[in-house]
Amino acid sequence: MPKRTDLKTILIIGSGPIVIGQACEFDYSGTQAVKALKEEGYRVVLINSNPATIMTDPEIADATYIEPITSYYIEKIIQKEKPDAILPTMGGQTALNAAMDLYEKGILKKYNVELIGAKVDSIKKAESRELFHDAMIKIGLEVAKGKFIHKFSEAKEFAEETGFPIIIRPSFTLGGTGGGIAYNIEEFESLVNRGLDASPTTEVLIEESLIGWKEFELEVMRDVNDNFVVICSIENFDPMGVHTGDSITVAPSQTLSDKQYQELRDAAKKIISEIGVETGGSNIQFSVNPENGRVIVIEMNPRVSRSSALASKATGFPIAKIAAKLAVGYTLDEIPNDITKTTPSCFEPVIDYVVVKIPRWDFDKFRSTNPDNDVLGVQMKSVGEVMSFGRNFKEAFQKAIRSLELGRSGFGADGKDVFSYEYLTSLSEEEKSGLKLKVLMKLQTPRSDNIFYLRYAMLLDASIDEIYNTTKIDKWFLNQLREIVEIEKELYGYEL
Amino acid sequence: MEKKKGKLILENGVVFEGSLFGYEQTSVGEVVFNTSLSGYQEIITDPSYYGQIVIMTYPLIGNYGTNEIDIESEKVQVKGLVVGNYENDWSNFDGINSLDEYLKINKTIGISGIDTRALTKMIRSEGAMRGIIADDLINEKELLAGLNEAPVMAGLDLVKFVTTKKSYVMRSGNPEYRIAFYDFGIKQNILREFLKYNVEIKVFSAGTDYTELLDYKPHGIFLSNGPGDPEAVMYGIENAKNLIDKKIPVFGICLGHQLIAQALGGKTYKLKFGHRGGNHPVKNHLTNKIEITSQNHGFAVDTDSLNKDIIDITHTNLYDGTNEGLRHKKLPVMSVQYHPEASPGPNDSKYLFDDFMKMVKN
Repeated sequence: MPKRTDLKTILIIGSGPIVIGQACEFDYSGTQAVKALKEEGYRVVLINSNPATIMTDPEIADATYIEPITSYYIEKIIQKEKPDAILPTMGGQTALNAAMDLYEKGILKKYNVELIGAKVDSIKKAESRELFHDAMIKIGLEVAKGKFIHKFSEAKEFAEETGFPIIIRPSFTLGGTGGGIAYNIEEFESLVNRGLDASPTTEVLIEESLIGWKEFELEVMRDVNDNFVVICSIENFDPMGVHTGDSITVAPSQTLSDKQYQELRDAAKKIISEIGVETGGSNIQFSVNPENGRVIVIEMNPRVSRSSALASKATGFPIAKIAAKLAVGYTLDEIPNDITKTTPSCFEPVIDYVVVKIPRWDFDKFRSTNPDNDVLGVQMKSVGEVMSFGRNFKEAFQKAIRSLELGRSGFGADGKDVFSYEYLTSLSEEEKSGLKLKVLMKLQTPRSDNIFYLRYAMLLDASIDEIYNTTKIDKWFLNQLREIVEIEKELYGYEL
Repeated sequence: MEKKKGKLILENGVVFEGSLFGYEQTSVGEVVFNTSLSGYQEIITDPSYYGQIVIMTYPLIGNYGTNEIDIESEKVQVKGLVVGNYENDWSNFDGINSLDEYLKINKTIGISGIDTRALTKMIRSEGAMRGIIADDLINEKELLAGLNEAPVMAGLDLVKFVTTKKSYVMRSGNPEYRIAFYDFGIKQNILREFLKYNVEIKVFSAGTDYTELLDYKPHGIFLSNGPGDPEAVMYGIENAKNLIDKKIPVFGICLGHQLIAQALGGKTYKLKFGHRGGNHPVKNHLTNKIEITSQNHGFAVDTDSLNKDIIDITHTNLYDGTNEGLRHKKLPVMSVQYHPEASPGPNDSKYLFDDFMKMVKN
């Protein structure tokens, strides 16, 4: 299908100020989208309140408005610029929420502006957890047992039935703001009430806990002809319970057999069709029970997401650019592949390397009296991330740690550890097992510096099983780290 | 795991050094590469790889071990496995053995620590070539001499080594239809896919005369995948010709597709480095949709050689424009070059089994 000629001017909504959970990744996607649409001859109008972005540079869009991203200002822009369509899938949750607000206030209808990239019904289905859960059950996929509640008394009933831990997720919030995991009734009450306050619809989802399960993401694309491709599979190093934005993630997925992976791919294909995203990219998250492989659908973002930037750079497939072209009517087989130029974009990238992303936290800058400030949970806390490439996991992982600018040269062995190698290996057996217990106890709670404590545990002779039972980090990853530690040990055996 | 030094020598004289895993032996084969990110167990047990040494371009192999599900034939079929990093410490809920243990049980050699990227680039530019994996201590000249005596793939009938010796029957549900299979080296997942329908399947050895299949009174005929050069499987082409003439629905996959194309007057040729992987986009001309397909073939059907008066080209590979499928205009004959049964690879093309069963029902 050729591109649409009934559209002349397209409005793109940016993601606004940089906040935790929504940062420069949406500048990356938005800039790509503006360029892609201009390349096709459309007049592109942009709204973004954040001037410190590439996309708001004067030469990027045809008209740029640095105004608050609210329906009031967007309506004024619509009056003035008369766009035929709005592309709301490039500016994260902010843009999607703004578009839904425009729809609900009747502004889209009033000025006859169309949403492209994702339709109102699809956004609703993907974003409302209740509609999403119903949709998943309709297509035969499993979701976590859960319930939407609007007041605490309803929540209490559910907790009495399923027991703790329970996950609390407020609807329509950024980066999971206001969410948490409750291990007892006191925590539960406080988290549910906080969630109800945080949710613009006073709605909270309470869910059976999948803590400790494996977590996977698929970055997928679909066009109007129902062509479907997976751009990248991503496996979380950290198990369920840690927000994806706070997890170390690895592309491609490492620990699934092909049939297990294809089960996720088939599910993703069904999900994007059922939700009805016809022209663009989506991010779909799954949880897999490490004991038996039971697959649970966690959520779907019907837009370019944080992971899209990672997937684009990990594979060389420009997701935002292609998504923008799909939104104006092209099909995947009509868009040439950026790398080969001669083959179409309708393919699934394969790579011969490993990509590792590690989040970067800055708790020093966000000082708090709360000693649990750096505990990682369902609410994202990282302020950025690094990614690195390697011909194996260990290489990519080591490079990522160096890139974090924590002053670390890698996974230990740089003289900057809390417990030095010499200290840990000089301990008596008794002292070792005492410290090992302390380290394992610390590892029970996901924290920003846990990665280095995995090494201490290994140097204190904790077995892979012990560390797995404590952290639920897949043994494959733990063994990879153990191999790094073994090389360190070997090197200590030599003299200079 | 103790590492023993080994090497891979190519017929162009280039030597790659690495460490051996699996069963120690000296092994010769055509060196080909596969770009799948997962699915190594299916690949090494796929009879279409008989006689070949397979390079996995994804560098970490062994991660999820081996299991009882991902088996495509009764044994490992490849002559050797070449990987960047062999990962011995596997982790998976379905896993039973490490890949090293599995290769030992199946008496197949593996070599790790190879720069698979450089090796793959070499094969892409120079074409598939023969290679030998051996212990580092064995003299290189001796190995090269042995290598040059090994047969080349073109003109080679490998089907006779992998086909079933005796025919056998499989059933599912209350069988309504009988399907006769020619086994040229069939993948188990094709049988599994067929057994999702109410069918009785009788699998015949590749060399069986077509009249024996007719005696079974089949409602449909299936020609399987398999290794080697289709032109060397003359008996398969002859039998296909005779069965097509009987107007019984015929379906072919991979080698089966090539034999059907030849039976209909077409030609096949050897590809420079073949299609092996799980990400090949194929356009279905009947629906105009793209399928992401699983592929494993070193030979292809020459599109120009097909008589367009009697044959419709149904599928084309979007990477290089090669033929991926055909249908006869009048007779109930359909075939595809790629692998709708997946395993490994995407399940986008399973509809082909439905299409064929519809032909059978009519």
